Amino acid sequence: MKRLLPLPLLLVLGFAIAADAPYPLDAPAPDGRRPGGTLTEEFTPPPLRDEENKDLRRERNYPEQPPTIPHAVRNYQIDINGNRCLACHSREASARTQAPMISITHFNDRDGQTLGTVSPRRYFCMQCHVPQHDVEPLVGNDFKDIDTLLYHESTSEEDE
Amino acid sequence: MKRILPFLKRYWGVLRRPSVHYSLGALTLGGFIAGIIFWGGFNTALEATNTEAFCISCHEMENNVYMEIKETIHYSNRSGVRATCPDCHVPHEWTDKIARKMQASKEVWGKIFGTINTREKFLEKRRELAEHEWARLKANDSLECRNCHDYEYMDFTRQSPRAAKFHSRSLGTGEATCIDCHKGIAHRLPDMRGVPGW
Ligand code: HEC
Ligand code: HEC
Ligand code: HEC
Ligand code: HEC
Ligand code: HEC
Ligand code: HEC
Repeated sequence: MKRLLPLPLLLVLGFAIAADAPYPLDAPAPDGRRPGGTLTEEFTPPPLRDEENKDLRRERNYPEQPPTIPHAVRNYQIDINGNRCLACHSREASARTQAPMISITHFNDRDGQTLGTVSPRRYFCMQCHVPQHDVEPLVGNDFKDIDTLLYHESTSEEDE
Repeated sequence: MKRILPFLKRYWGVLRRPSVHYSLGALTLGGFIAGIIFWGGFNTALEATNTEAFCISCHEMENNVYMEIKETIHYSNRSGVRATCPDCHVPHEWTDKIARKMQASKEVWGKIFGTINTREKFLEKRRELAEHEWARLKANDSLECRNCHDYEYMDFTRQSPRAAKFHSRSLGTGEATCIDCHKGIAHRLPDMRGVPGW
């Protein structure tokens, strides 16, 4: 029996090779993000852009949104040794640096306890807050904020 | 000892006697040339130890701090101006340079006794080493930084508003110096607990 095992294997493999793959192996990337590109083709990557660094706080789309970072954060160290963000955004530092203090939610642990300092689950700021780059978005977005929705609702009611 | 003493005495005698064979001029010239050679050699030696290649000839320097600087703006940037180790760590003034070189004998000592010859030992000692550098830069008003970045010529209108605000508030008044705010500009930082401003 054991000696016969390779046979069916060979058969199956043989068929697999003989049969044309039902799809081209070099298909264009399906996500539309690499237009014209195929999986095996390599493009020269677009040039790296600097982080937007205008220091203007951006509008939040909804109140719970972590605000995006309006300044450069290149090489800011966040690890067990220190947290560069807190050097400006902590409660103690915010007067000196005039940076907005981390809000009270950052002091709450997962049981809702308010701690004396930033909660461990909020230590790695860049998990939620990200800098922005001045580039064309890869995918469109038709998000409407609550004011736009309410406005439409009220105006359409008036129309009736 | 007894045999050496008369020998030395005789030589001293020779040295003390005025020269008969060489004119004073030739002697002065000879001394002058020897001086140049000695001085030049000294300076060349000094220059040779003033390169990054020399610094990273020790693995303590190469495997820790040099590896880290490669990710930073002082290693690669759009204008291609590089800051090397001596630019930030060795003063340009000659007397200061010698003083730093004397201090550097501590590093040779450290090399021989392996004070930071493993990554673990280095990390353990890092805070202490960093403190020395912070103190040095604080004391000389961040002289090495200012060799390249001069506050007088900073165009605040070209800086990011955040940078301009911090700089105009504290640099003009002499309230703070570069290293007060720019710690860790070239390397990863050690445990920062208790460091002012962190
Ligand atoms: C040198 C001080 C400083 C450091 C360091 C710093 N920030 Fe800021 N940050 C500011 C200031 C000042 C503002 C206010 C807007 C401005 O001037 O850019 C700000 C604004 C922000 C905002 C926008 C807040 C809002 O309500 O829109 C976020 C988010 C933020 N910073 C996150 C971070 C993160 C994350 C880090 C660490 C990677 C960091 N910051 C490091 C000074 C700092
Ligand atoms: C788990 C996600 C998360 C992490 C991690 C986190 N934040 Fe936030 N942050 C938020 C959210 C959500 C908001 C907006 C709602 C709020 O204030 O809680 C916010 C708001 C802020 C604001 C604006 C506060 C205000 O009152 O306008 C600042 C500044 C900020 N965060 C800084 C930081 C810094 C600095 C860190 C790192 C120490 C950090 N955040 C870590 C989610 C996060
Ligand atoms: C002989 C090997 C060797 C060479 C070459 C060397 N270093 Fe070091 N360096 C060390 C050791 C070992 C220490 C740790 C000394 C100690 O334990 O105090 C050190 C420590 C340092 C420190 C911390 C200083 C302090 O006061 O604590 C600095 C800064 C430094 N080196 C920079 C340099 C620079 C810049 C160069 C090139 C000009 C250089 N090193 C060349 C081995 C070396
Ligand atoms: C050999 C010259 C030189 C020395 C010495 C030097 N720098 Fe720089 N520094 C540069 C150059 C070049 C740049 C990059 C400029 C650019 O392309 O934007 C730079 C950039 C910077 C930046 C901007 C960082 C960023 O992400 O945009 C800071 C901050 C800085 N240096 C601080 C310092 C401090 C602090 C010291 C002293 C410990 C120092 N520099 C010593 C040449 C130097
Ligand atoms: C009071 C704190 C403080 C002092 C003192 C200080 N800086 Fe800065 N510097 C900042 C902040 C904050 C930024 C912007 C955020 C960043 O790049 O980390 C900055 C940014 C910079 C930049 C980048 C400019 C830009 O547009 O982003 C350079 C270069 C620089 N500093 C050099 C220096 C030099 C050189 C000195 C000493 C003569 C110095 N700084 C002293 C706080 C300071
Ligand atoms: C842009 C300036 C700059 C350059 C370039 C630079 N350093 Fe440093 N170095 C510093 C500063 C500032 C410190 C003080 C600690 C800190 O803030 O990171 C330091 C600290 C150190 C220390 C003490 C340990 C530590 O990490 O704190 C050593 C060792 C050292 N440097 C070696 C080197 C060597 C070797 C090179 C070349 C590969 C080099 N440095 C290049 C600015 C610089």
